[in-house]
Amino acid sequence: MAEITYLEAIREALFEEMERDVNVMCLGEDIGAYGGAFKVTDGLLDTFGETRVIDSPISEIAIVGAAAGAAHMGMRPVVEMQFIDFMANAYDMLTNYVATARYRAFLPCPMVVRGPSGGYVRGGPFHSQNPEAGFIHTPGLKVVYPSTAQDAKGLMKSAIRDDDCVLFFEHKYLYRRIKAEMPAGDHIVPIGKARIAREGRDLSIITYAATVWKALDAADQLEKEDGLSVEIVDLRSLAPLDDDAVQATVRKTNRVLIVHEDTRTGGLAGEITARINESSFAWLDAPVLRVTAHDVPLPYAPSLEDYVLPQTADIVRAARTLAAY
Amino acid sequence: MRLTRTLEERLVALYRQTKVVGGLFRSLGQEADAVGTAYALERRDILSPLIRNLGAMLVKGATPVEILKQYMAKGDSPTRGRELNIHFGDTERGFIGQISPLGDMVPVMAGVTLTFKIRHESRVGLVYVGDGATSTGAFHEGINFAAVQRCPLVVIVENNGYAYSTPIAKQTAAKQFVDKAIGYGIPGEQADGNDVLAVYDVTKRAVDRARRGEGVTLVELMTYRRKGHAEHDNQSYVPAGEIERWERENDPITRYVARLTSEFDFSTSDIEAVDESVRRVVDDATDIAERSGPPEPLDALVGVYADPPASSPLWFRDGSGSVVEVHERPEGWGTYNTPGEKH
Repeated sequence: MAEITYLEAIREALFEEMERDVNVMCLGEDIGAYGGAFKVTDGLLDTFGETRVIDSPISEIAIVGAAAGAAHMGMRPVVEMQFIDFMANAYDMLTNYVATARYRAFLPCPMVVRGPSGGYVRGGPFHSQNPEAGFIHTPGLKVVYPSTAQDAKGLMKSAIRDDDCVLFFEHKYLYRRIKAEMPAGDHIVPIGKARIAREGRDLSIITYAATVWKALDAADQLEKEDGLSVEIVDLRSLAPLDDDAVQATVRKTNRVLIVHEDTRTGGLAGEITARINESSFAWLDAPVLRVTAHDVPLPYAPSLEDYVLPQTADIVRAARTLAAY
Repeated sequence: MRLTRTLEERLVALYRQTKVVGGLFRSLGQEADAVGTAYALERRDILSPLIRNLGAMLVKGATPVEILKQYMAKGDSPTRGRELNIHFGDTERGFIGQISPLGDMVPVMAGVTLTFKIRHESRVGLVYVGDGATSTGAFHEGINFAAVQRCPLVVIVENNGYAYSTPIAKQTAAKQFVDKAIGYGIPGEQADGNDVLAVYDVTKRAVDRARRGEGVTLVELMTYRRKGHAEHDNQSYVPAGEIERWERENDPITRYVARLTSEFDFSTSDIEAVDESVRRVVDDATDIAERSGPPEPLDALVGVYADPPASSPLWFRDGSGSVVEVHERPEGWGTYNTPGEKH
């Protein structure tokens, strides 16, 4: 089979799930006739028609709320945020309404909110964000953020079939930069399971999304220049978090670096560090270190964006510090 | 209407006995809005009430026992003690529970009715907002979305004069809320909200339009909130005499009873029989509701997700011990200072 991009893998999952289940529908801004700002939903309208592929007004509250209402009635809506940054507009609907629906009212809310996320693309403050932390913090929501084309497809299919709301972060830097051959058949990646992106012995890097690739580059360099064997854990699911995979890698290598593109304060790295402290403190040979974005809105100019976001060289430097501790 | 009022009066008594755990919200003086609108729906239709639409839920089949248990946070209340007051629903009986952020149910009901449209079901949705909720983004986005999609939805704006303490003059510069319909390209109608038959008629027209595939209607019902936002609110912001005037001149139950006796041949004893049967229903419901106990604390951890079905108690709560207490250590731990030995 031919290789397809990360973006095409998401589209393929949408096609297959809409073919499989008549209740799956798509809702969002410019997703129908235009095929979406990044063309993720290109071709869906022609195949499935405008009752199942709905071009909406610019109304994030309405499309998330309407998706919830449709989900209560047995539909499985997939909502596109044109940029994931705009999910903030629907923050109330997601956190107060959707996340609590099952718990407070026993209302099923099977829906997916997906969209292009992340930086390294010169998108500026409102087309580059990684707002996952606030939603990971909200009981009732699930959050996934794949780094490979195969995981993008398999997790999208799981997200659509999940009986609760899944926020599906797609890294726009990876949309067309990476390709993979898809496994044959109904390719499913379970939510809540991390992936070992690289086996290693000396230290562990726990990360997700685009920084998985930067960590892989760093690991190559560290192996070549320092003789270090680096293990990389790609979380894939951020909520629920694969705690077993985290603790296993800590107990294997005894040194942990957590890398994320999201800002530092209140980011997921802090939570992972706390869990390691609680469960595997006695296995640590060094403090848990973090490489993250700086705590500023993401600026536009390449020199600024590159400075703010974590780079391969940062990961290499932090890993050397950790190894030498 | 009588059941709504008597049930709320019983809740006031229970509130004063501190048996109602949280706040108490009254619909005194505006019972006709909730009841008249709900009767205009078919059994298969779905409505989403607001805090002053207890009557609409009773019409849709919510029972006084459920309401009382819910207010008293009982373990076998409709939400098992998770939610307050009348925040609960049942899609089978045709009502979906509200949440506290105002206006949010408009987009949700847009999605419910979008599904009716997609599936070619002859069903209609109805959602209530107050005068205050019309100022929210959710109201605007929801009604606009539903209008564009021609969803079979009726939006009831219950204008009772106040949003908490805020009078409508500080809520909107529009002369009347029904004018907002023009901006959304949908029909709007206004009616006397304290005339239950007028409420029924105006809602029925909107429901019929929706069922014929003609989309959304905005209905403004003119009424008056005679109690505070909640029972604790002393209404210091209300001009003297205003409440008493509405009570004296424009009570929806008094008006309906007058019509029943003058136009429809009901006798005073017929009316008294209704009042007496309602009292009995509420008395019996109170006895039943008071017998139930509070929810088991562990139930708090169940059902955030379908999968996993429950969260685990934290170690400091159930006494199971943390890794620190059980002294879980890697093999060889404690030999750290031994030279030459990697632990």
